[in-house]
Amino acid sequence: MKNSGKTSRRRILQIGAAAIGGGLLTQQKTLALETPGKLGTPLGPYGDRSPFEKAVRWRRESKTPETGSSFTPLQDSVGTLTPSSLHYERHHSGIPSIDPSQHRLVIHGMVDRPLSLSVAEIRRLPSVTRTMVLECGGNSASEWAASTAPDVQRSYGLASCSEWTGVPLSLLLAEVGVRPGASWVIAEGADACRMERSIPLAKALNDVLVAYGQNGEALRPAQGYPLRLRIPGWEGNTNVKWLHSLKLTDQPYMARDETSKYSDLMPDGKARIFTYEMEAKSVITFPSGGQTLPGPGPYELSGLAWSGRGRIERVEVTTDGGKSWVRAQLQEPRLPMAFTRFRLPWRFDGRETVIASRATDESGYIQPSREALIAVRGTNSTYHFNGMKFWKVRADGTVINVET
Amino acid sequence: MWRHSALVLVLAGVVPLAAQSPTFGVGRPATREEVRDLGAAIAPDGGGLPEGTGTVAAGREVFAAQCSRCHGPKAEGDVGPALVGGQGTLRTARPLKTVGSFWPYATTLWDYINRAMPFDQPGLLKPPEVYAVVAYILNLNGIIGDAAVMDAKSLPKVRMPNRDGFVADPRPDVGDTTRKPN
Repeated sequence: MKNSGKTSRRRILQIGAAAIGGGLLTQQKTLALETPGKLGTPLGPYGDRSPFEKAVRWRRESKTPETGSSFTPLQDSVGTLTPSSLHYERHHSGIPSIDPSQHRLVIHGMVDRPLSLSVAEIRRLPSVTRTMVLECGGNSASEWAASTAPDVQRSYGLASCSEWTGVPLSLLLAEVGVRPGASWVIAEGADACRMERSIPLAKALNDVLVAYGQNGEALRPAQGYPLRLRIPGWEGNTNVKWLHSLKLTDQPYMARDETSKYSDLMPDGKARIFTYEMEAKSVITFPSGGQTLPGPGPYELSGLAWSGRGRIERVEVTTDGGKSWVRAQLQEPRLPMAFTRFRLPWRFDGRETVIASRATDESGYIQPSREALIAVRGTNSTYHFNGMKFWKVRADGTVINVET
Repeated sequence: MWRHSALVLVLAGVVPLAAQSPTFGVGRPATREEVRDLGAAIAPDGGGLPEGTGTVAAGREVFAAQCSRCHGPKAEGDVGPALVGGQGTLRTARPLKTVGSFWPYATTLWDYINRAMPFDQPGLLKPPEVYAVVAYILNLNGIIGDAAVMDAKSLPKVRMPNRDGFVADPRPDVGDTTRKPN
């Protein structure tokens, strides 16, 4: 048996060498390495993503190209931040082109010292950086209708999360000296329609920023360059872009975009006004409408949760159409009013099922169902839809929208 | 283009006000022109309304020249929204929210036209033209008479049909909101 032992060892070595050689060949093909090697492209001044990455915003048809909304592709997002290039947009009269050296912020009205500040002067002041969601008050407006939107981008994509840097508005208000009796701040932007919103002074003094930075660089023009309000937890429209005026008053000014628009019409014909807060919300981004699972097997179900009232405390997920709910794992750190990523291991057994998520925030508020929202608010309130979104995973792995 | 005059710095208009000492001392006193041109918002009590008057008849001409191409010849809506009609629809399945059926304050109409209209040339209309077209739209909605004249005194007194149609935000209002997190 001695010989055969040698033989078998030799054979094993031969087989092993062949296997290693074959492995190398396979690996070379996989990595597309060329012989001789070829240099890559030179270094560039401002980065771009791989041409193989195709995620883009979706834009709703508009009668006028200067107005409308573009939606963040949440189904393609990983982690918790939204790239500035994919941040949702909502404009009412186009994006102004502003030279920051010519731009000024005027703070006036019921103040001791009406001031005019340059952008450079504002950037010199003590600043803070916060990661926060910005969500349009009209995000998910499609979900009030009998036929809701087919994918997560079109149903929940008017929400994005960035790191914002700016000067606390309270600091600027201390500079001008707010007079007794002042209770509101009227903000105005430098876009063609000069967007105007009334902000209660208490909120302005609490946590509002006059932001000049987003995701490590200056604001993008579409996000208000060179200055915008960032109001934590409040509907996007109040975060006035291209900010050029703050007027201290003793009353709200009942601007068009807080009376005719951005008010919530109830079934009794009355409209709720100054509905600023965005309530807790979550949605499964994988698997979600329009995606296809390649087959049965293990997957990591994942999604995003956020609340205008603070941290996300819990996200529950159902994978059996609502019969049972299990707690998903939450990605730390859970920052208040920022996207929180949730994940849950899940095995798709090849049978049709319905999945959904519901978030609870630190105030104890639980994201309601669409039916519960409609039971109280009817279907004409347009704004502030935060109901659960159900996806149907069909036996063939395709994922579609369901209205249950 | 009166509201764009701030682009030309008029230093003669500087109004230094009573000085307590600020912490950082940044910026300079805002000029009258900056305050007028960058922060020309109108309060619901009429605060900020400029001089000038406008009649329904004059407004009909302004509307035909500047507004009807988007809002329709009778303000019934086209590319731009309808500005008339909708009364009695707010509780129905298809509410039509217009100046007449929904807007709570007439001053908002002046403010919005002044700041944002015409859509492609905002700021084009001078104050008397804004008063006039506001008068015309209010008249189309049956809110003021044919002979009414709108100015800084009369406009804030106009009572809009849906003035009492707005309520405070009662949220959280849906679901079991008392359950505490673990």
